[in-house]
Amino acid sequence: MNNLAKGDEVLVSLMEHHSNIVPWEITSKLKGFTLKYAQVNSDGTLDYDDFESKLCGKTKIACLSHVSNVTGVINDVKRITKVAHDNGALMLIDGAQSVPHLPVDVQDLDMDFLAFSGHKMLGPTGIGVFYGKKEVLEKMSPFQGGGEMIKEVEFSQSKGRCRVSWNELPWKFEAGTPNIAGAVGLGAAVKYLEGLGMDNVLNHEKELTHYAVERMKENSKVTIHGPSDLTKKLGIIPFSVKDLSSHDVALFFDNYGVMMRSGYHCAQPLHQVFKLESSARVSFYVYNTKEEVNRFVDILRELDQL
Amino acid sequence: MATIDDYVAQVEGTCGAEKDVIVIFKYEKKDEAITNILRKATLKNKIAGIIFELSFQDTSFRLYSSGKAIFRSIKNREELNKLLSELLL
Repeated sequence: MNNLAKGDEVLVSLMEHHSNIVPWEITSKLKGFTLKYAQVNSDGTLDYDDFESKLCGKTKIACLSHVSNVTGVINDVKRITKVAHDNGALMLIDGAQSVPHLPVDVQDLDMDFLAFSGHKMLGPTGIGVFYGKKEVLEKMSPFQGGGEMIKEVEFSQSKGRCRVSWNELPWKFEAGTPNIAGAVGLGAAVKYLEGLGMDNVLNHEKELTHYAVERMKENSKVTIHGPSDLTKKLGIIPFSVKDLSSHDVALFFDNYGVMMRSGYHCAQPLHQVFKLESSARVSFYVYNTKEEVNRFVDILRELDQL
Repeated sequence: MATIDDYVAQVEGTCGAEKDVIVIFKYEKKDEAITNILRKATLKNKIAGIIFELSFQDTSFRLYSSGKAIFRSIKNREELNKLLSELLL
């Protein structure tokens, strides 16, 4: 917040989760900086030319999802990060849908910040990770005050005020009693996923996604949104069923004990790109099987009766 | 005297441009709620005994044996409550 002012620009894309849009809309009104949106192609892939053309000397920070939570599209964040750095901007990556599903090497990708959630990767809710490059974090001021994040709070009798100095990293940004139980739970989840091997997690999801897409194509009433080139995406398949709202589809599956998200998936601008009122979304993780994909496709076929 | 709160656990507006309303009936009262609704509404279609396409007073809706119903074109909570009162009580 302290590093953004009128005349500065922040760049995001139209495929972002609301959590990577709304905070910027709020802070832009408070600080007066300009918020710009990069376009998304009709198949849900990022318009790289548009994103890169909107990066300029005024851009303080660019923010992009590594993987879209609606389409599963994987963005080339290494390429975008390089262009951002060439323009003097910092790069923030939303890794909520990538870190749980594929190997992510922050040093290779070179982003300045990476954020991801515990509950998307078998961990508890209410906790996540915010990675930042040490040299960038050292230049930043704390955004919260409280215990632990200070080195000294010394009262001066003559001034009638306290002189406050900040603690070292990472405590500088960890005010108050932390979510210890959540951190232990998230640590266990990380160990579990490392034990499985993130390459194995990725391959398993790719296999299920390819299989599911092929089986879904058997149903003429189903339209799959997002890129047809499956090498560009992960295990998330947004779709529509002819003449049915996404909520009808989700409630239908609910009757069979299959949970599915319907609506905007916290990404209304991307649905505007797709010209959709909403979508249903099937997604996979390490615990899903081909048998479950078969069951999903069988239930999908029963929707023909509606 | 019974009220719709005896039957309804939760009412949710759907996420999306459609603005549908999903009513979730209390688990212990869902069978009674389904029986009452099926007695009063007009059945248009039934799928495997678990999904019922119904209409009542020019309102179309789907009722699921899991204890949920999805209503369309409901203007506000008052209109929904009036409809539910007539269907459930």
